[in-house]
Amino acid sequence: MARRQPEPSDTKTGPTGSFLPFRHRHLLGIAQLSPVEIVDLIDRAEAMIPVSRARKTLPGLAGKTQINLFFENSTRTQASFEIAGKRLGATVLNMAVRTSSLAKGETLVDTATTLNAMQPDAIVVRHGSSGAVELLSQKVECAVINAGDGSHEHPTQALLDALTIRRHFGRLNGLTVAICGDIANSRVARSNLVLLGAMQARTRVIAPKTLLPRGVEQMASEVFTDMRKGLKGADVVMMLRLQNERASGKLIPSVREYYRFYGLDAEKLAHANANALVMHPGPMNRGVEIDPAIADGPQSVITEQVEMGVAVRMAVLDALLGGEKE
Amino acid sequence: MPNRPLLIENARIIDPATNADFKGSILIEKGRIADIAEGAAPGVPEKARTIDAMGLIAAPGLIDMRVFTGEPGHEYRETIASAGEAAAAGGVTTILVMPDTLPVIDDGALVEFIARNAKANTGITVLPSAAITKGTEGSELTEFGLLLEAGAACLAEGRKSIQNSAVLRAAMTYAANFDALIVHQPAEASLVSDGVMNAGPLATFRGLKGIPGEAETIPLDRDLQLALMTGARYHAAQISTARAIELTRFYKARAAHVTVGASINNLCLNENDVGSYRTFFKLSPPLRHEDDRMALVEALKSGIVDVIHSDHDPQDSEGKRQPFADAATGAIGLETLLPAALRLVHSGDVDLMTVLRAMTARPAEILGLESGRIAKGAPADLCLFDMDYPWLVEEATIRSRSRNTTFENARMTGKAMLTIAGGKVVFMEEQQGA
Repeated sequence: MARRQPEPSDTKTGPTGSFLPFRHRHLLGIAQLSPVEIVDLIDRAEAMIPVSRARKTLPGLAGKTQINLFFENSTRTQASFEIAGKRLGATVLNMAVRTSSLAKGETLVDTATTLNAMQPDAIVVRHGSSGAVELLSQKVECAVINAGDGSHEHPTQALLDALTIRRHFGRLNGLTVAICGDIANSRVARSNLVLLGAMQARTRVIAPKTLLPRGVEQMASEVFTDMRKGLKGADVVMMLRLQNERASGKLIPSVREYYRFYGLDAEKLAHANANALVMHPGPMNRGVEIDPAIADGPQSVITEQVEMGVAVRMAVLDALLGGEKE
Repeated sequence: MPNRPLLIENARIIDPATNADFKGSILIEKGRIADIAEGAAPGVPEKARTIDAMGLIAAPGLIDMRVFTGEPGHEYRETIASAGEAAAAGGVTTILVMPDTLPVIDDGALVEFIARNAKANTGITVLPSAAITKGTEGSELTEFGLLLEAGAACLAEGRKSIQNSAVLRAAMTYAANFDALIVHQPAEASLVSDGVMNAGPLATFRGLKGIPGEAETIPLDRDLQLALMTGARYHAAQISTARAIELTRFYKARAAHVTVGASINNLCLNENDVGSYRTFFKLSPPLRHEDDRMALVEALKSGIVDVIHSDHDPQDSEGKRQPFADAATGAIGLETLLPAALRLVHSGDVDLMTVLRAMTARPAEILGLESGRIAKGAPADLCLFDMDYPWLVEEATIRSRSRNTTFENARMTGKAMLTIAGGKVVFMEEQQGA
């Protein structure tokens, strides 16, 4: 059955509208999803936007308990998941785990077992090690949502990016999306490459070779080390955060050299299509990977991404915990 | 009883040292092979106990050149006794134990401790290796002469790799003094860095840091050059890449005293086995690309790879029940070494004689042992196995104290049925009876 392609203005479908039953217990990564399921989640998120904008609270998850378990600090993602849960009526508990004072792995399995005994309905996990969220999901009986694991996946980020893009172009297939920056260490890049690839968008990665992982050409349609060439004809420019410690001479000689060749400024952006969207998963390093004027400029949809984040997380929570499941 | 002669009849005797393969019988007296005969035994001493092998293959007991135990220091992972039991069940009658225990075996008294402990608690031969550098810290040489006198079979650095070329040069030069064997795993620490699996698309896709093949080939080249330069007997503990085989071939043509080993894991498995962050497959060297594995199998056939070992490395479940990057490295393998190696035979890749040679005659030559062959006067270390015995590797039946096997729930074809060490039966498969 062919699914209807929602228009950017189409926000009439309510959260109770007809969606596919979500057949996964967890959301661990985009790689586990079929293209149809990806579209379905984006549709569900689209339908959540009016709810989110109206600051309404739906009763869908009333009486359910959601635990945000963050082994890595992330104010914005944690807040986004918290608001999403609360808008759906769930009881949300934030647990910040200070990794510094505890042995990482022990904490993970032990914490999973402990939390499981408290009978939560969902655990939202961020962890510094790739595969950690999957490991935790094997130790609990409730739904687990990956809020970022190491350099592996960050599925809700890719979904919110896709939703943002679709709202502007009305589609994902056939678009040229350039992802620029620290590809090697980025879970955002991986999840986006998998999602956009599944949606038949044309994906490009742009980075200095020291920030390109081996075999990246198998994940992206095209690989560029020259940013201007990589941006040519791009519909979307996704910038990634550069961790300061990587620009201290180990992989990148200096911030100013990085900015010169890979920072997004007006001159480089001019190589992309005229209406190209500028995106960033945040938090931004202004003046490192992006010119502040571009970040706040007319092509930037960075703030919209944050807004879409809440809608996507509401949709994911609803898909995993909502009515039909129980 | 201990001195009662033992006759094994109706066996298919395979001795890779002499390329012999015939049906016959073996007479064991006083812990040694007293006679070997084709067909029926000519004269059997009175009171001899007879075992009908019923057509089982009788090969020399296997010699495993890379075994880690937890004794001393981590006995909950493995003791010398439990490693000995696991070995016997796998048809392994000699193990070379690595020195990186707690404390590190870098002193004569510790070598003697291992030897004493082994004699008291196992029926198999346990050869202690001594560290090349104090504390395996890679900077100061240990007392090679005294360690060898105390009974060290060779000098080895275990999981560690010496980074400083001058230290390794000195070690090899000094080892040549005693004609001692240096066993060393080449690994460039700065290239291994925080890598946890083979570098490549798979690691990238999983978001795991990769270990490039160059982390092995760059130090291997250095090691082999130093072996050539110093004349030391050098054994590269394990190699895993196609490029390392090319290098080895180049240097072997120029120096007879260099040898290399390969782990059964690298010969049977590849990086795809890591699958969904399966930590039992986190190994060092990492499981490589299928092309590397196939090159390694070819190198075994051509004799570039001298030795197959289990790289038996027991790790407790806490160490393995972790996110992949944080999990402990290593897998047990004593009980599955033979059946896993037989996979290479059953698949038609390598003939049985070659596979057995790499686990018997070759390691015996490298270590200068009397065992590893079926010959009159040799120690009566034998492995009687059924080539075609089907079985399942089950957690409950593992004899090792740790459970971290790469062959968990694997279907195997072939198994040791009867293991004899020093003339004594140290293992008999129960279902088989006798």
